[in-house]
Amino acid sequence: MSATTQTPKAAPRGSTASRARATRLLGDRRLPVLVTAALFIAMYVGGLSRYQNYGFGEPQVFLNLFIDNGYLLVAAIGATFVIMSGGIDLSVGSVIGFTTMFTAWLVERQGLPLLLVVPLALAVGAFGGFLMGYVIHNFEIQPFIVTLAGLFLFRGLCLVISKESISINDASVGTLAQTRVSLGMGELSIGALVALIVLAVACYVLHYTRFGRRVYAIGGNEQSALLMGLPLGGTKIAVYTVSGFCSALAGLLFMLYIQSGDPLHAVGMELDAIAAVVIGGTLLTGGSGYVLGTLFGVLVLGLIKSVITFEGTLSSWWTKIATGVLLCAFILIQRTMTSRRKT
Amino acid sequence: MAEPQPVLEMTGIVKEFPGVRALSGVDFRLFPGEIHALMGENGAGKSTLIKVLTGVYSLDGGTITLDGESARFGSPLQAQQAGISTVYQEVNLCPNLSVAENIFIGREPTRAGRIQWKRMRKEAAELVDRLGLDIDVAAPLSSYPLAVQQLVAIVRSVGTGARDGAGLGTKVLVLDEPTSSLDRDEVLELFRLMRQLRDEGVAILFVSHFLDQIYEVCDRMTVLRNGTLVGEHLVRDLDQVGLIELMIGKALDQLEELHEHQLRSDLGETLVKAEGLGRTGGIAPFDLEINKGEVLGLAGLLGSGRTELARLLFGADQPDNGRVTIGGKQVSMSAPNDAIAAGVAFCSENRKSEGLVPDLTVRENIILALQAARGWTRPIPASQRDELVARYIKALDIRPADPEARVGRLSGGNQQKVLLARWLITQPKLLILDEPTRGIDIGAKTEIQKLVVSLSEDGMSVLYIAAELEEVLRLSHTIGVLRDRRLVARLTNGPEITTSKILETIASGEHQ
Repeated sequence: MSATTQTPKAAPRGSTASRARATRLLGDRRLPVLVTAALFIAMYVGGLSRYQNYGFGEPQVFLNLFIDNGYLLVAAIGATFVIMSGGIDLSVGSVIGFTTMFTAWLVERQGLPLLLVVPLALAVGAFGGFLMGYVIHNFEIQPFIVTLAGLFLFRGLCLVISKESISINDASVGTLAQTRVSLGMGELSIGALVALIVLAVACYVLHYTRFGRRVYAIGGNEQSALLMGLPLGGTKIAVYTVSGFCSALAGLLFMLYIQSGDPLHAVGMELDAIAAVVIGGTLLTGGSGYVLGTLFGVLVLGLIKSVITFEGTLSSWWTKIATGVLLCAFILIQRTMTSRRKT
Repeated sequence: MAEPQPVLEMTGIVKEFPGVRALSGVDFRLFPGEIHALMGENGAGKSTLIKVLTGVYSLDGGTITLDGESARFGSPLQAQQAGISTVYQEVNLCPNLSVAENIFIGREPTRAGRIQWKRMRKEAAELVDRLGLDIDVAAPLSSYPLAVQQLVAIVRSVGTGARDGAGLGTKVLVLDEPTSSLDRDEVLELFRLMRQLRDEGVAILFVSHFLDQIYEVCDRMTVLRNGTLVGEHLVRDLDQVGLIELMIGKALDQLEELHEHQLRSDLGETLVKAEGLGRTGGIAPFDLEINKGEVLGLAGLLGSGRTELARLLFGADQPDNGRVTIGGKQVSMSAPNDAIAAGVAFCSENRKSEGLVPDLTVRENIILALQAARGWTRPIPASQRDELVARYIKALDIRPADPEARVGRLSGGNQQKVLLARWLITQPKLLILDEPTRGIDIGAKTEIQKLVVSLSEDGMSVLYIAAELEEVLRLSHTIGVLRDRRLVARLTNGPEITTSKILETIASGEHQ
């Protein structure tokens, strides 16, 4: 503190740059991602030493993280866009549940081909997101409330389709779900591959398109973004549309993974997605974070589940407890980082 | 050479808000390659004029001509595209993005939709370099102090339009109080940039409360008062006393006649003592003593730091350094509660937003501070409460004399009295009155002034802030003169002290 006040701030040339460099190291925005990545590696190494004799070291165990959590990764990527822009989307889980019901119903009860059902489901999810974004922007309503309404709406629509779960016996779904792509050391499912492609696209969009940078700008300071002449409304609506699309896609992956539609699928999964985003180092206030961090957030959550499975005697509820503890710790880390950045 | 063509001409500008005529027929012109100051006290219409110019407000009358063509802006974006950029007091940039992005966002160089980061950084670095600044464009904006962020905002506004081909881009740059939170070195850097842009032909409109800065950097100035144009002058033709006269609207000789004395002089021992109290961006460190029963008036233009000084003494803002002793005991002043406990009361200048609760009754508003001082667990007995309220309603002649009347319905003067009653009921040792007579009629004004005199006779110390110098002069034993957020002089009131003497002190800024 005292050092900063003694340094002349603008005039002499060299000191400004060196001071900026020091601040940049302290408050580097990549730090939270690195912390999460380090945590993941530490957990993985810990798991190796403890369960090596039970096959934890198999490459397939690692790849299974992607297979078992592909849908969560896609949902969390959508949530990353929203949270990065300073908003929140609570409808994720309901849209996922709805998509499983909707597709199962169309494929099983209506006999429509999967090729038609998939784009339809994606369009419905994206349109739902668009509507929520439209309401949030044009009526200046808190995203929390609007997407909460979306949560109830889509969950309700599940039950309109059917109160019972619909299991999918369609051959094309079955083959798609069974297909494995060999990577030499192990194999990945179609769902996992789709999730990785979505991850790559999201990285590109956020860092190399004007739309992506607008998302960061709006999350950083909405008022400034407006005064700088950025199209605030379009960007916000687009962000929720992206989230709706990702939720629907996650719903399709979930349907492949579980091969049924159920009105109670993915209840509360929006919270898992938000947890993954936050653990991945994205600030809940928006404007700071990386999609890559979200990947690590999802992997950490997945690894907790694996570890608990390997432990064998622990109840699966320990996943929730561990997630809670992690979330709390990461929010505290974010807090100290942002307060340091301000000084 | 004949007079050059103005780049911007505003004629007969009228702007009305419900019940108020903020601008009535103001003319304003701006030449390329000049730094033009817009002067006037708060409420003179400076910011309204700027907002009309930059498209934040719509016009109610008059014309704007930009580069010989009639123009009308519906939004800040339109004004920006036409070549009028504004940098506000608060930096309107995104702190989470890099400097280069802040300069370019919304018009990043792209190829096939892909942002060309290298090219963007290179162009940003070139722009920053051309303007003689040393800023690492790859660093996040938040890693720089506010002053540099402000420079970046200027760089951004200069860059706007330059890429679209049409000449230099920005023709008019509006700087709305950019210096209010900068220190001296930072201000110099800003001025250097302003002069460079001026020499490149940009017309700069500069608003600042600091007179010295106006005289340092500006070429020409336009003075507004109460929404009307007072005059346009070359800065070198008008000295500071003349400028203040224009801003206030009274000649110094005229002011003197209003002055009369009726003060007692026997003062008690020191009650409040502040040593080296100050806050960056608020007011420079000052020493101050207030005796028991003394009325200390603060004189200075609006924005000179009067309110900031009072807020420090009340603990509403935390001082960076210095200490306060009240009645011989040091007080920490970390929150208003400390000040209240030590016997300080503060009547804010914004009685509506910071003082009264308009939906509560007169009784509830009056009792609020006393109840807060006692703590919510110990309610004041109803009989005692009613008696107290009745006494103060009578003493201050609050009308209607109905404790159940809603405060929001009362006239301004009576609201002010309710606020006063609230603090008087706690029997403070030091009463801070910030603009207690603003916006109330002349009768209520006189009553409040009489009250201040009688309170002081009863031994209460009063810190009195008023825009009208006559008021300060009539009531105060001692007058603190503020200028540019600095307490520059302490005058003991007497026959030789006149309003013109105070004005001269404000203008010259001489230390005691």
